[in-house]
Amino acid sequence: MLPASHDLAARPKQIKETGPTAWWAKPRADDARLRRFAASEMRFGVVRFPGSCDEVDALLACRRFGDAELLWHGDADLRGVDAVVIPGGFSYGDYLRVGAIARFSPVMGAIGDFARSGGHVLGICNGFQVLCEAGLLPGALLPNTGLRFLCRQVEVEVVEAGTPFTNACAAGDRLSIPVKHTTGRYYAPTQVLQGLEAHARIILRYAPGANPNGSVADIAAVSNGGGNVMGLMPHPEHAVDPICGSTDGGRLFESLARHVAERVAA
Amino acid sequence: MTGARSASGQPGAAGGPGGASPPTHLPHRALGLTDAEYELIQAKLSRDPNGLELAVFSLMWSEHCAYKHSKKLLGRLPTEGPHLLMGPGENAGAVSVGDGLAIAFKVESHNHPSAVEPFQGAATGVGGILRDVFAVGARPIAILDSLRFGELESPRSRYLLDGAVSGIGHYGNSVGVATVGGEVYFEGPYEQNCLVNAMCLGIAPTERLIRSAAAGVGNHLVLIGARTGRDGIGGASVLASAELGTDDASKRPTVQIGDPFEGKRVMECCLELLDRELLASLQDLGAAGLSSSASEMASKGEVGLEIDVARVPLREEDMEPFEIMVSESQERMLCVVEPALLHRLAEVCDRWEVRHSVIGSVTDGDRLVIRRGDDTVGDMPVGALVDDCPLYELAPERPDGVIYPAPQRTLDSAEPAHALPALLASGNIASRRALFEQYDCIVGSRTVRRPERADAAVLVLSDDGGGADAIAVSIDGSGRRVACDPYTGTVEAVLECAANLACVGAEPLGLTNCLNFANPERPEIAWQLERSVAGMADALTVLGVPVVGGNVSLYNQSGDGPIYPTPVVGMVGAVPDVGAVPGLGFAAGGDTIALVSAAGAVPRLPGSELAKLLGDDLPDGLPAIDIEAVRGCIEAVRAAARTGSLASIHDIAEGGLATALAECCLGGGIGARVELPGGHAVAAGEAETLFGECGGRFVVSGPAAAIDALGERAQTIGTVGGGALVLGSHRWELDELREAHAALALAFP
Repeated sequence: MLPASHDLAARPKQIKETGPTAWWAKPRADDARLRRFAASEMRFGVVRFPGSCDEVDALLACRRFGDAELLWHGDADLRGVDAVVIPGGFSYGDYLRVGAIARFSPVMGAIGDFARSGGHVLGICNGFQVLCEAGLLPGALLPNTGLRFLCRQVEVEVVEAGTPFTNACAAGDRLSIPVKHTTGRYYAPTQVLQGLEAHARIILRYAPGANPNGSVADIAAVSNGGGNVMGLMPHPEHAVDPICGSTDGGRLFESLARHVAERVAA
Repeated sequence: MTGARSASGQPGAAGGPGGASPPTHLPHRALGLTDAEYELIQAKLSRDPNGLELAVFSLMWSEHCAYKHSKKLLGRLPTEGPHLLMGPGENAGAVSVGDGLAIAFKVESHNHPSAVEPFQGAATGVGGILRDVFAVGARPIAILDSLRFGELESPRSRYLLDGAVSGIGHYGNSVGVATVGGEVYFEGPYEQNCLVNAMCLGIAPTERLIRSAAAGVGNHLVLIGARTGRDGIGGASVLASAELGTDDASKRPTVQIGDPFEGKRVMECCLELLDRELLASLQDLGAAGLSSSASEMASKGEVGLEIDVARVPLREEDMEPFEIMVSESQERMLCVVEPALLHRLAEVCDRWEVRHSVIGSVTDGDRLVIRRGDDTVGDMPVGALVDDCPLYELAPERPDGVIYPAPQRTLDSAEPAHALPALLASGNIASRRALFEQYDCIVGSRTVRRPERADAAVLVLSDDGGGADAIAVSIDGSGRRVACDPYTGTVEAVLECAANLACVGAEPLGLTNCLNFANPERPEIAWQLERSVAGMADALTVLGVPVVGGNVSLYNQSGDGPIYPTPVVGMVGAVPDVGAVPGLGFAAGGDTIALVSAAGAVPRLPGSELAKLLGDDLPDGLPAIDIEAVRGCIEAVRAAARTGSLASIHDIAEGGLATALAECCLGGGIGARVELPGGHAVAAGEAETLFGECGGRFVVSGPAAAIDALGERAQTIGTVGGGALVLGSHRWELDELREAHAALALAFP
């Protein structure tokens, strides 16, 4: 499958990505009302791997705060987007170690370059796993201590509020966001953890008693050294609509949109 | 499977086209065909069938494909309704939800495969029902499941439960379709023969719904998806249509292996092909593989088909033509494409890295012709395969009494202080959290009522158009009640499903069913089936709800005896205002609690969950139900739910009123003080009042004015508040109830 992806990347792009604009994406009248930033100010790109599951959810969440489009995994062109979201799902089936194949995809090559030049990248669940595999974030995600898939609304605490991903929050804020994964136990060697602590790179922690997967030090989200790449296991894109239970996840997208829009404007 | 494979691999009778492995001595019997059926096949072909043809006929004429024992009965079910778009006969049925949108849905069984290998059996059950739904052009948005196992105390049951739940999650989670609801019961008669039914709902613009009829002579027949292997060969005839014996382990190779990543790509690919209007027709490959899919497409399109098995991509090189034709390898779809559009189909498939092969063409006439290269290896009239299977009259005979043993006694007395926690901790009532947390219930961003938050799952559609805001869906069926009384038990299941929808303000639009029964050739089972279908037909007629499609699973029995007769019904309803939908949990201290009852609804203990815990015999018959009265009650509750004025609504089901009250307390995390209806508890009648069961009752809470609006049906019985459930002279702290209710988690250490 991997060679085929590369073949696809080499071929001229024959087909326009249709998924998100298709009729089945749930349109909500309040999208525009909730949108805080003019569409022209910033544009998200949401990666679509063949086994992505939450890419349309992430796209709809992004569109509440900016423009957004899907990026095809076989395409090394990021189409000039201002920030990248790598969504949840099972990138290439993830029958091997999660994210182990995705890191070799053409789009991840481009995202690596984008991130190293300061571009903002948010990895959600499978996206977090892929970013760790790609070496853009430290540590790894291991099977949950319960060894089962777990879908549950959890409370996370904002540890660092000054980041591009959390500037709409205050330190200590509790966010209600669902998790859903089998492989979400964050792990890093002690020395790496000490570095993360020392440099304020642990961005979110599960609230006391709410750690669903056995993550070390209750870590739910970490960033890279430059602060422009963050991965988290909870799914903020599933906490943006009040009728679905919580809008707390929207604050992460809002933070990113605000930060990037200001950067773009500057 | 041993039958299909070894029998056709032997030399034997000749007569048909060459090239296929001819059958051995009396191979039709090994393939499950009677002598009379074999003679009919000879007559239809005007010669002896060769091995391939016999294999194809044996599958197409199996119970699973031909419904030969149930077709006549199913004709009694209503299939017309104002919202119906596509009725039985297609891959899935569909109803209109307004605003040009359709919901396609269907439930299907994967019982015997799951009893042999629960993880793959359940996973491929989900894969199969997903394909049924996107085969009609709808994007799958929700999965529900209905599971039956032996008692939880049995290690085998826990193994099957664990495997089936993991398998459902494995497939559904991986393809990104939310598993939003379901039900599970634990009863002795399912010990050897578990039930795994999976239901899927999809959404599509009405004009995009596609039928499976092949069309356009000269068009290509294209096989999309996974390569064809030897998995599942003979599954339809051997597994789905015969009783399970003691040597089930030897059947393991007939269980298909699911590949959800392949399934995901095939699904996205097919939906994009439909978006781009590149397909003339589409059909999934399920039971009996290519044989069944091709025959069905040809039959519906009134055309012939020619298939070259040499062009089917194989997983193993040396497969016989008959193996290719009957393989049940998963993640495959069959479509008809105009030659001029083939290159565009190839582009889309290549992009999704989905295999696609032209394996044949649509022909004039009515023959299904199978070739391998230049050799014709099979040539059969389509009509004979699809329409000419003999249908059998059932010979129903009411048994002299209940044919099932009494359940094992697990509770000493009906004394409420202990009975309520015991009920909450029992397998059939305990919280399903440990199960449903293994399912992604939110992907797709439509789920506004997750499991255990309301009696039905609620999925938002759109608030832009003039159609429904949301849909609600529920799946129900209590086998033990049907075992007590096939007619009334089935009526109860249908009404329960409608009641669950009413709790979230949904009006039923259509129903899908899966009839899980034992061997219909036995008179007492035929009687169960006949009475059950009669009950379903009567209840649906009164409710005005059509059947849009479904599935029949017979021969569910083992050496231990027949399963409880288990008609499972899944109902989809429309919710006009999603903002008004109440939950099931009590919401605010001070709210008034009322019992809403249909006229004549009298709770009884025989056949109830409490009676089961007490080890009572199953009663021979349940009290008759006034379906009209229950419908009136359901409609009143639905109307109240739609106003948004009630804080909570919960259907009273297993475990009766006390259990429902406890669930309302636990759902809201708040206690209640309730005075027993009917004034003072009389010792003899107390258990019946608290734990008796019947259809057509609800617990609601809200402001007193909202309760008053329900009229005479509503009887105020208490007030929300505090940290305990106080019921007359009884009191349970919420912590005690919560601990009991979490008992199922112990099965998942």
